[in-house]
Amino acid sequence: MTETLEEIARIERPESGEPEDRRIRTAAGTILYLDGVSVSFDGFKALNNLALILEPGEMRAIIGPNGAGKTTMMDVITGKTKPDSGDVLFDGSIDLTQYDEAGIANLGIGRKFQKPTVFESQTVFDNLLLALAQDRGAFAMLFARAGAAEEARIAELLEITRLTAMREVLAANLSHGQKQWLEIGMLLAQDPQVLLVDEPAAGMTDAETAETARLLREIARSRSVVVVEHDMDFVRDLDVRVTVLHEGSVLAEGSLDEVSAQERVVEVYLGR
Amino acid sequence: MRDSTEAKPLLMKMLGDRTAVIVLSAILFIAIAVPVLNQLPERSALHVPTYAVSLFGKYLCFALLALSVDLIWGYCGILSLGHGAFFALGGYAMGMHLMRQIGDRGVYGNPILPDFMVFLNWQELPWYWYGFDNFFFTILMVMLVPGLMAFVFGWFAFRSRVTGVYLSIITQAMTYAFLLAFFRNDMGFGGNNGLTDFKDLLGLDLRSGGVRNGLFVASALALGAGYVICRLVTGSRLGKVLIAVRDAESRARFLGYRVEHFKLFVFTLSGVLAGIAGALYVPQVGIINPGEFSPINSIEIVIWVAVGGRGYLHGAILGAIAVNLAKSYFTVSFPEIWLFFLGGLFVASTLFLPRGVVGLVRARVAQPAAPAEPEDPEAATASAGSPK
Repeated sequence: MTETLEEIARIERPESGEPEDRRIRTAAGTILYLDGVSVSFDGFKALNNLALILEPGEMRAIIGPNGAGKTTMMDVITGKTKPDSGDVLFDGSIDLTQYDEAGIANLGIGRKFQKPTVFESQTVFDNLLLALAQDRGAFAMLFARAGAAEEARIAELLEITRLTAMREVLAANLSHGQKQWLEIGMLLAQDPQVLLVDEPAAGMTDAETAETARLLREIARSRSVVVVEHDMDFVRDLDVRVTVLHEGSVLAEGSLDEVSAQERVVEVYLGR
Repeated sequence: MRDSTEAKPLLMKMLGDRTAVIVLSAILFIAIAVPVLNQLPERSALHVPTYAVSLFGKYLCFALLALSVDLIWGYCGILSLGHGAFFALGGYAMGMHLMRQIGDRGVYGNPILPDFMVFLNWQELPWYWYGFDNFFFTILMVMLVPGLMAFVFGWFAFRSRVTGVYLSIITQAMTYAFLLAFFRNDMGFGGNNGLTDFKDLLGLDLRSGGVRNGLFVASALALGAGYVICRLVTGSRLGKVLIAVRDAESRARFLGYRVEHFKLFVFTLSGVLAGIAGALYVPQVGIINPGEFSPINSIEIVIWVAVGGRGYLHGAILGAIAVNLAKSYFTVSFPEIWLFFLGGLFVASTLFLPRGVVGLVRARVAQPAAPAEPEDPEAATASAGSPK
């Protein structure tokens, strides 16, 4: 018991940590901590000694050319891919490599896919109902009953995603942009601490893109958000710190203006 | 407040559901009408001969079997091409009880050992035959054996994330493995000949009209109960998760659902239902042999569901009864073309009736009103999810 307390104290006061606890010490206070993460597929290094730190409440944009490892990084964080080496810590101390996808989702990490993925044959309401934070065991779901609190929460989410009028519409009948928002709404329903969003603006009209940026900024007020995006105007719209990935590792980090001023970044990505 | 089906108590849910009321009334009507018509004098035009009572009873067992396949295929996207195995396991459990009921009336007159064991020169009953002389133990085994088999198979398959075509292929392999195993004499299940020559059930002569009618009514009740269970499961929030898994498995996983647990639950339930169907089938046809494990049988079940309407519980029931009525007719009148007809039926329903007969009727009825009514979970299921 005392040991555990000591450990907690160490995590909370990084400066008191011993040298061998360097990992814990530097991870303390972060919401997401990746260090030395490498993944290779058949000899191809998708991630190469990747390091990334996300503070609580921070929104971060990840950019990089195709094959830079953006999606693989998300796969590693959400448990779809196990890293060959490196630390992946959530909330300063939880080792994410020990969990499966469902376990990580229940810890509080939500993920939005590049292609909008919602439950097409169910209504917008049911999509959100399934996404709500709740006991997700098979038997709990068998006997689950809709309550007033759930109704109210869903109404609120419908309002945020501007889908109130579409409540009883099948998700299949939504427009592309509406599906993206529904999926973001479902992530919010999960009430995660970290949201990973893969190319939310892909295939959207300009108006929809602006709306999506508004939605993400609103979300980032109370949560940490990682956005992978190709669309530079969209990233500029978000106005957040940017990490440039290249060949599986971090090439540059800073504001969009700072990173786009760097010669290497221009070379590999921005300027061609 | 939204009119949520989840919030209603069980009975209200059933009564408020028009489809369920119609289906259950139809089953109840048949359960009463057929035995009553069987009692009419033979010269009456409405008289149903006793052999036909058993034939219809067999269809009801098939309907329950189709229901079990529709539950996993239609609602969770698990295409099992080996469900005949669970049906046959339930059938064998019942067959073992009926064998023990023969007692010393067998050809060799051995009070303990069934004839085939005497013939094989076995000295004592194998341990796994113990208890099957007891009816209630048998009922338990009828559910437990297929259920456990489905659980173990599902545990390994779903945990390893075997899906789609690969899962279908290993279910085929599973039933084929059972087929080969049960063909062997030293398995102790009668080998090639299977279990037959049954005499009575619960001390009553199996060939008597009363027992035949009783089995028919039992089959109808089992079908009705199976329908209610499937309806409750698919109407619950768990049912919504199943459909979510069917349509976007990875989305469900990243929302935090342990997809394999849900698949395992529904697969095991489905195995139990199939086993009960098999147990009611065996006393009505009078035999169970390894042929029931044949992969063709399992594929046929899928055809019933596809023709009737995958994703509609009543579609599965209708499909099983309709295709088997056709089978009874064709195999008697044109035995050589039955297989061509069956094959043609499957091709035609895949090409022209992707949602089966029920889906076609529903689409025709729903045409004037544009969007599907979301209140009805089955309508919501049907209009969008494309078969995988």
